[in-house]
Amino acid sequence: MTSAGLEVLLQTLISGLLLGGLYALIGIGMTLIMGVMKIINLAHGELMMVGMYIAYVLFSSFHIDPYLSILIAAPVLFFLGIFIQKYLINPVLKVEAIIPENQVILTVGIGMVLANIATIIFSSDYKTTPVEYATKAWYLSDIWKTSPIELSLSMAWSVSFCVALLITACLWFFLAKTDMGKSIRATAQDKEAAQLMGVNVERMRVFTFGLGSALVGSAGCLFIPIYYLYPDLGGQFTLIAFVITILGGLGSTVGAIVGGLILGVFESLTSTYVGMGWAPVGRFVIFVAALIFVPGGIMSLFKKKRLGK
Amino acid sequence: MKKALPLIVAGLLAILPLLGLSSYWMHILILVIMWSVIGMAWNLLGGYCGQVSFGHAAFFGVGAYTAGILYNKLGISGWWGLPISIFVVTIFALVIGYICLRLKGPFFALGTLAMGVILRVMAENLTTITEGDLGIMIRERTWIEKTWYFYVILVIALLSFFLVKKVIESKLGYYFVAIREDQDAAESLGINTTLYKTIALSLSAVITGLAGAFYTNYMGYIDPKIVFALHDISIVTIMVVMVGGVATYWGPFVGAIIMVFLAEIIRTIPKLGAAHHTFFGILLIVIIIFLPNGVVGDWPKLKRFLRIGRAG
Repeated sequence: MTSAGLEVLLQTLISGLLLGGLYALIGIGMTLIMGVMKIINLAHGELMMVGMYIAYVLFSSFHIDPYLSILIAAPVLFFLGIFIQKYLINPVLKVEAIIPENQVILTVGIGMVLANIATIIFSSDYKTTPVEYATKAWYLSDIWKTSPIELSLSMAWSVSFCVALLITACLWFFLAKTDMGKSIRATAQDKEAAQLMGVNVERMRVFTFGLGSALVGSAGCLFIPIYYLYPDLGGQFTLIAFVITILGGLGSTVGAIVGGLILGVFESLTSTYVGMGWAPVGRFVIFVAALIFVPGGIMSLFKKKRLGK
Repeated sequence: MKKALPLIVAGLLAILPLLGLSSYWMHILILVIMWSVIGMAWNLLGGYCGQVSFGHAAFFGVGAYTAGILYNKLGISGWWGLPISIFVVTIFALVIGYICLRLKGPFFALGTLAMGVILRVMAENLTTITEGDLGIMIRERTWIEKTWYFYVILVIALLSFFLVKKVIESKLGYYFVAIREDQDAAESLGINTTLYKTIALSLSAVITGLAGAFYTNYMGYIDPKIVFALHDISIVTIMVVMVGGVATYWGPFVGAIIMVFLAEIIRTIPKLGAAHHTFFGILLIVIIIFLPNGVVGDWPKLKRFLRIGRAG
């Protein structure tokens, strides 16, 4: 391979990883909700869209940096999530119906309402937040003068990736070390047993939905410096989140991170080597391949190995 | 009486064009019947077999594009799309079924949703076959009047109705319901669940594809964003059945009437046109919470509620 070809490949891989880090954050929110509540939240991408619009409004009216708006968007999304879970999803879980997937269809309805309200308020125009660092880039040669190859990375992408890592680390700390986090994990593993151990399962469910929404809302704030915004963008991110959860294994947080990174790299490769328009197809090729070859998700491969020993 | 009801309704519908309805009303009627066909198809798979599909736009679009490509590339009448789409859609259904039917419950729903999106993206990008975003235009309309289109879709609807009824009342229908109620139990009783789910999916897909092929000929223009639309086809399909009544013969018809008229009413109110998804979404939420089995399925409940309302 020529050095130019190698450069393109490396560049593609690294931007894929940066994208994947953000995807992972979206995926974690979905996988948490799926693991604890056993429901699929098809309004996930729309919640992210709400987060993005909050960041957009804060930027355009108060000139608040999108990264700082996480501090506002995340709590707002948290309470929106709690509201949705408490007053819309919970009542449906109690209703007897022929089709058990009613709650999935319900979240579709919620997503439709959110997207449409955004269209009414902000019109369906494409919006961006023109922060000055959005177009800046840094080069590998800035740090490593004698580097044989040259890479350039977008400043905004790199910062977003680092913030995503930070949020993921905080979440890991919360889930692994705090009482609340342990209760959430217990609820995900075995609802009845957790209940017997004195965990308020009902409260954990509501809280998890809020937490998942807050995560995807902050992912939205991280996306906005590098992405344009329109009301219908939610749908594709819902699908991305879903592909990640399938890829990583249902309800597995580590799986969501791995899945997000794989998806990001693969998408980046498809758009470089096949064509921009085909990136969504690449996403679904991964999805179909995961369903056929690793139906339990990437994490199940590791588990099997451990059992084999 | 009850046995003859479908024929009576069909007869009444068949007389309607003779009343000299305006072109607009004929259009509404055609839409209602087309959506009933799609609803019946979805109901067979979702309502009876319990496999909730979020991607019926995939089959609708494949049917529509079969007709469109036959006209555009081979230069034959788009109406050939009706018989030929049966084969094409069956092939697509088998492939999609092979991939998605290994998923259960909500995961199947999301798998089919993804399939719908894949096909849309493919239709957008395979420009040599599908013309991409430009779409396909049927330049010569078969009929100027809408009456004949109405009769065509009415015949399709009648055939679909009896096909679904026949299937549901046969042994096959019982297998479907058994799979819906408890797939593992059905499997353990010796029902080849994969086979019967594939049959349900294929039948449902073929009927939806016919509606798609009809749509191309009737509307005269298709593009990937219209026929593979997630919200405007796949979700509306689910809504037609949910609003009308899941797993009922008449549910899709009632649901189609409600949905088409609701869409038209919202469209006529100025400034609210853009908000039709909000209304659809709210209607969906309300229906799922209060009438989970739809207007037909929860009719006794609805009647009781209305009576209480009147007394109070």
